[in-house]
Amino acid sequence: MTPTSFTAPTLDYLLLVPFLIVLGVACLGVLVEAFVPRAPRFATQVALAVVGLAAAIGTTAWLWVDGKSGLIDPFSSTIVSGTVLVDPPVLAMWAILFGFGLISVIGFAERRLHSGATAFTPMAAAIPGSTAESGAREAGLVHSEVFPLALFSLAGMALLVSANDLLVLFVGLEILSLPLYVMSGLARHRRLVSQEAALKYFLLGAAASAIFLFGVAFLFGFAGSFSYDRVASAVTFTAGSDPLLLAGLGLVGVGMLFKIGAVPFHSWVPDVYQGAPTPVTSFMSVCTKIAAVGGLLRLFYVALGGMRWTWQPLLAGVAILTIVVGAIIAINQADVKRILAYSSIAHAGFILVPVVGAVTVGNMLVDGQAGSVASILFYLVAYGFATIGAFTVVTLVRSQGHEVTDLSAWAGVGRRHPVIGFAMLVFLLSLAGIPLTGGFVGKFAAFAAAWRGGYWWLALVAIAGSLIAVYIYIRVIQVMFFRAPESDSAEVDVALPGGATWIVLALCFVGTLGLGLAPGPVLDLLQSAAAFVIPSAG
Amino acid sequence: MAFPFLTVLGLLPLVLAILVWLSKPTAGRVVGLVGALVTLVYTGGVIAYTKVTSTPVTESLDWLPIIGAKYSMDLDGMGLLMVAMTVFLVPAVLIAEWKTGIGETGRFSSKSFVALVLLVESFSLFSFMSFDLLVFYIFFEATLIPMYFLIGGWSGAKRGKAAAKFLLFGLAGGLIMLFGVIGTAVVSSSQGTVSLNFLDLATTSFQDSVAVKVIFLCFFIAFALKAPMVPGHIWLPDAAEETTPGAAALMVGVLDKLGTFGMIRICIGVFPVQSQWATPVIMILAVISILYGAFAALGSKNLMRLIAYTSISHFGFMVMGIFALTSQSLSGSIFYMVNHALSTGALYLVIGYMIHRRGSARVDDFGGVVNVAPLAAGFTLVAGLASCALPGTSSFVSEFMAIAGTWTRHPVIAGVAVLGTVLAAVYILWTYQRMMTGPVTEATRDRITTDLSWRERWALIPLVAAFLVLGFWPHPALQEAAPTADYYMVTAAAHDPVAVIEEGR
Repeated sequence: MTPTSFTAPTLDYLLLVPFLIVLGVACLGVLVEAFVPRAPRFATQVALAVVGLAAAIGTTAWLWVDGKSGLIDPFSSTIVSGTVLVDPPVLAMWAILFGFGLISVIGFAERRLHSGATAFTPMAAAIPGSTAESGAREAGLVHSEVFPLALFSLAGMALLVSANDLLVLFVGLEILSLPLYVMSGLARHRRLVSQEAALKYFLLGAAASAIFLFGVAFLFGFAGSFSYDRVASAVTFTAGSDPLLLAGLGLVGVGMLFKIGAVPFHSWVPDVYQGAPTPVTSFMSVCTKIAAVGGLLRLFYVALGGMRWTWQPLLAGVAILTIVVGAIIAINQADVKRILAYSSIAHAGFILVPVVGAVTVGNMLVDGQAGSVASILFYLVAYGFATIGAFTVVTLVRSQGHEVTDLSAWAGVGRRHPVIGFAMLVFLLSLAGIPLTGGFVGKFAAFAAAWRGGYWWLALVAIAGSLIAVYIYIRVIQVMFFRAPESDSAEVDVALPGGATWIVLALCFVGTLGLGLAPGPVLDLLQSAAAFVIPSAG
Repeated sequence: MAFPFLTVLGLLPLVLAILVWLSKPTAGRVVGLVGALVTLVYTGGVIAYTKVTSTPVTESLDWLPIIGAKYSMDLDGMGLLMVAMTVFLVPAVLIAEWKTGIGETGRFSSKSFVALVLLVESFSLFSFMSFDLLVFYIFFEATLIPMYFLIGGWSGAKRGKAAAKFLLFGLAGGLIMLFGVIGTAVVSSSQGTVSLNFLDLATTSFQDSVAVKVIFLCFFIAFALKAPMVPGHIWLPDAAEETTPGAAALMVGVLDKLGTFGMIRICIGVFPVQSQWATPVIMILAVISILYGAFAALGSKNLMRLIAYTSISHFGFMVMGIFALTSQSLSGSIFYMVNHALSTGALYLVIGYMIHRRGSARVDDFGGVVNVAPLAAGFTLVAGLASCALPGTSSFVSEFMAIAGTWTRHPVIAGVAVLGTVLAAVYILWTYQRMMTGPVTEATRDRITTDLSWRERWALIPLVAAFLVLGFWPHPALQEAAPTADYYMVTAAAHDPVAVIEEGR
């Protein structure tokens, strides 16, 4: 195939509005950082980010409503010459991403915990321990570049889930990743650990990107096009046994699984989650995972759907490995952030279980039942609320102005502070999948989807894995409520946060319990948004 | 829509628990006790209302339509007995544990105890009233969390470990059952029943395949872990040993009933074919439980463990009666579930008073108590004899029905099970003898200085009165149990064996 002439893509701006808002606000944020005077700068950034994300959520909802009622072009319209697609699952993922992005950004704005500063370093470029750094700290500088960085990252995530083209997928992946590398290195305290995390994340992430790109090249070589539609029709045509296709599938899969944090591509997760500033960790563990799963879904269900029989067993193996390794290693961790990191690895495995089931509207889903896509989205939402909530509680347990993430220092924290303790209990129970929380309904729907897809044994293994995973959370609960504090850790206390953190905690708490008590409407909504649009290969 | 009587009944303790937490430490207990009594009166009112007006109190709301789960509440005979038993036992527990958590350092507060008991009450009421598999499952699991804190918050030194063991076993059973619930949802919806209502599931004819057998086994294993049957019982003695007597009474009296309750509701009600397939093994396990529990009780040196082991033996009788699948044994087992809560509850409470005074739960640390605390010894004897099914107590009626019903179908099993009743008399009387009779030991004289106070008596009197009245006049309870038993006989397409003697005539 030789390129003949370049045709400028036609952009359907209307359908891209939410994405463009986030991208535009991110760019605006950079200008604010440069031109607005120091005093009002922080407040401006917070306001800009919050308003921008709220507007993005609002426009997403508007597109959804209008699309359903037929006021605007049906979702099937491929925009940007078919490289980007805005269909119901994309809108659902956008809403979820921007929603959790908004919660995270509100969390970034917390200043009371750090006596007026933020959780982020006043001068990221300074060498840790240098005079420039201590000077900046003493001068009480507050930098707010984390807001535009987060929005850039969110824009990349939005692009990633709406990609209908391998190259756009790659571009989305990179826009998502690059700001995150920087954000990981922004921690105010324990700068070296933070910078190490950033460097590690960058190096491994770059390698994963290279592998992904290599796979894209193979797929291009196989199909002669980057477009998902062409790849899909080429897969049908060749019955899926071409070595180029198999190699491409494997390498592209590795790249995506790396971002999801699945075993054996998980080694970066614990170190990066531990080193990054805790608000960034919570953003990363939720939004990145949602975006990567969203990208993986379309890639595997639409572009490589014809290869299902090849990738299902592979992914099933990865899922089992991820659940078991994540859960077992988490049991031995002594640091709360690392425990949550390994728990998030285990959850990556649980999310892959319904992905393997692959019960979609297109194939064997009976009308009126929950398929894989809806189950996965529900699981991600429930996981997101509980994870952000848990990480937010981590930011509250402090000693002498620093977060204390040593599990043994958490002894009795839940008993001394019943409100925070109860909130953490709910988050942990949701992560463990105990009924009356969103995590349970998520697990139920997810495993049911796997079973419907014929993978009942995978559901069985996943349930056995859940039992191991439950122990992770019981251990933390046990320490928080039943262990008497050691005398030397008596200074560990729950710091009273400012309004921003309370908002985050309240949203996560209500979300977690709400999804557990009244999941019906949410699951219905997600199911009605679950049909991937597959444009006919032109 | 009619007034949601049952939802209010379930929510009442839940709301009260929140109120207790919000109130002052001293006022919390009072709020909780008054609330528990109000719940009791309200339950009586609801039951009277349904009986007098014969209006059904069914409730049904779409909850998770995409999976077919509805929020369905109803009260059949068995549910009614379980609900009545729960609301009856809870005030007694609260009165008996009135002083728990007061003046103890390093433990949770006393109002937390009250609130957690009310949470257990609320969640168990919801699961007894639920007619939807998923809703039943949710509350079945949810009871674990407050019970976990009840075990871990007060009493024994190793309570944290015991609580974790309780929770892990509970969650293990719960997750095994989750597999069954998911399987039931998937298989039944593939057969066209997108509903998890027990009545709808009962009419779904599940193809007898390996998958359905596995689903059935998941349910059975989960329930056998809950109503501890050997070999799934190992968590119970530890949990009972480390917890407070009131919490132990609640645990074996109410929570473990969810296991036998589930066996009837789900194993017999939804998977009758598979139940009959597994009956031989289950019967043998039940007999092993009866005998093992009895022998372990004989060998037990710790009173809390001892009562836990007697419960394992009693649960064996219940399971035997359930799976014998005769209308007599089934109603006997349902009735037994109530009686066991009354007698074992009373036993736990009165023994708990003694343990509290003595400061030790070892049988050997007592001796001659009857001389210093005759009332306590008397109550122990009465509760103990009720527990070993002496005629005149309600346990006798139910145990007799369970064994007699089983006899018509499995005479050998029933014959071996009778040994359990003999052993029961031995372990109760022997324990009584060692604890209460004989010369007054020095420790007894020093520690057990007072007999039961009026508060302590008032926790016991209702329970004792209930099992005595039901012992002489079991009609009201059996009247409720019989229709349920008949319903499950019909669902399982089972018939009472015709006595051989009639054939000969």
